Amino acid sequence: MKSGKFWAWVVFIVSAAYFFIPLIATFEFSLRLRRGVHSFDAYQIVLGDPRFQATFLYSVVAAVFTIILGVLVVVPAAYWIRLRLPQLRPIVEFITLLPLVIPAIVIVFGYIRMYGSNSPLPFLASDFGASALLVIGYATLALPYMYRAVDTGLRTIDVRTLTEAAQILGAGWGTIITRVILPNVLIAVLSGAFLTFAIVIGEFTMASLLNRPAFGPYLQNIGANRAYEPAALAVIAFAITWGCMSLIQLLSRFAPKSANRPN
Amino acid sequence: MAEPFLSIQHVRKSYGTNTVVQDFSLDVEPGEFVSFLGPSGCGKTTVLRMVAGFEEPSGGKIVVAGKDITRLKPNQRNVGMVFQAYALFPNLTVAQNIAFGLKVGGMNKPDADRRVAEMLDMIKLPQMADRYPYQLSGGQQQRIALARAIAPKPKLLLLDEPLSALDAKVRVSLREEIRSIQKKLDITTIFVTHDQEEALSISDRIAVMYGGKAEQVGTPFEIYNRPSTKFVANFVGTLNVLEGRVTDAAAGTVQVNTQEVSLKGKLNGSKSGDMLSLALRPEAISLGRQPGRDSSLSGEISEVHFLGSVIRVRVGIGGNTVSLDTFNSPATPPPAVGEKADISFSSSDMLVLH
Repeated sequence: MKSGKFWAWVVFIVSAAYFFIPLIATFEFSLRLRRGVHSFDAYQIVLGDPRFQATFLYSVVAAVFTIILGVLVVVPAAYWIRLRLPQLRPIVEFITLLPLVIPAIVIVFGYIRMYGSNSPLPFLASDFGASALLVIGYATLALPYMYRAVDTGLRTIDVRTLTEAAQILGAGWGTIITRVILPNVLIAVLSGAFLTFAIVIGEFTMASLLNRPAFGPYLQNIGANRAYEPAALAVIAFAITWGCMSLIQLLSRFAPKSANRPN
Repeated sequence: MAEPFLSIQHVRKSYGTNTVVQDFSLDVEPGEFVSFLGPSGCGKTTVLRMVAGFEEPSGGKIVVAGKDITRLKPNQRNVGMVFQAYALFPNLTVAQNIAFGLKVGGMNKPDADRRVAEMLDMIKLPQMADRYPYQLSGGQQQRIALARAIAPKPKLLLLDEPLSALDAKVRVSLREEIRSIQKKLDITTIFVTHDQEEALSISDRIAVMYGGKAEQVGTPFEIYNRPSTKFVANFVGTLNVLEGRVTDAAAGTVQVNTQEVSLKGKLNGSKSGDMLSLALRPEAISLGRQPGRDSSLSGEISEVHFLGSVIRVRVGIGGNTVSLDTFNSPATPPPAVGEKADISFSSSDMLVLH
């Protein structure tokens, strides 16, 4: 075996061990609820807990709305920037990166000040308003991932020519976006959507400070008061995230092949 | 001339201080096939895009069938267009691509299906209906793009260098197919190309463009044989340009190097002593003095290229070099470099460039 290949394997094995050993340890620990034997009791308790079901459902619904909002905002914006305002791309890219730089706690305190019950836009005066604000906040947090995914998808197609081809055939902007652009970047949009889903499911700061019954605060609460159940929850959350990533991989196989460039 | 179907009137286009089209005017008759021919950056695609509605003219007017369409959006113009990059929708099958414009226009499904089948028959690809664009060759994709453009029965067909991305053989067969479909449907067509052979072979008329202007508009025969400017003469076909000086304007004699040629009636008001550029197509020149050719010049053979059926010979005449082609004859060896040789031509074939 060549020495380059040997060291590549060493790096791979060390990295895999670094990644998998804590995961295996957590999983093993989550099975120790019953003294002396391994069992799935912790999982049974967690999955049977009505608060788990309620908070998980709440976060799933919030994730779905976040994805819808993200798609509605990001797809037309990224498309328009590619088509008509390419000079704005660096500025927009910078703006979409801000949620990675500004901590969620800063954003949420800003929201509380801006949208408190005495403000002109009192989102926080009702449960529905607070949930809506949470979804908007999540869409902001997911912006770096959603924008990059969609922009990468748009890069693989000849946006300008496809738009012009559709226009000259009589299509308006709505038809162009829904029937030409979106189907051709659907896989990219789904990638962004699953990343968004993964972020929303585990998010704690915003949900907690806006006092929403989401999965993140529930995870924290269980973690602070129980021993084995948090480990089971961590494994479940990890499985959900990994499932999302696998779906991205699976769906990318069905991406329409671009044929709009000359051979 | 009949009422023009498409009338481009004094159209201009500027981007800031950069003017890419300056005062372009052209009338196109119904069913006519007009090519915009010119080098890159001459403004031909910009004019086409203004007709399509993708660019707004800085000035001037575009009228189709008596209706001013200058400010209409592309989707309101009822114009078909084929792009260089095919621009088929990758997520749709061939049939769905062709049906796109029909569905957008509100045609019901049975009628749309019938029209799609008609179009696929017309382009001789009926078996390709369920394929996706990536499963087709470049030539097939461009034929589908043509069918898609024609399916909604547009008033006007615009072809933006549709053959540029194809290989030479497909290009020739597809251009003939485009022309035959255009004739069959009698659809007014504008074809943009930088390939003179393409333009000469399929157009009713050609607008040769340079620097954002139409240098000359005419039939392929006129453009090739009677170029009105130096640019057109040089751009279309191969041309030998000889610099000469008018020695006797009244007698029509011009001195080329130290030799005189007679160009009676072709000097158009030139005065004795004026310098002129004289042009001759290679096919108008014979090697040696030939009967029926009233003018000749003497020189020395500087290059000989054997091309199979044809031998390309270059003859140096003073400071000028003239290129001509002779047919290969197995019984006669090609001329040798350094040999003295005469070339002959008819003075009527000589073009005086201004």
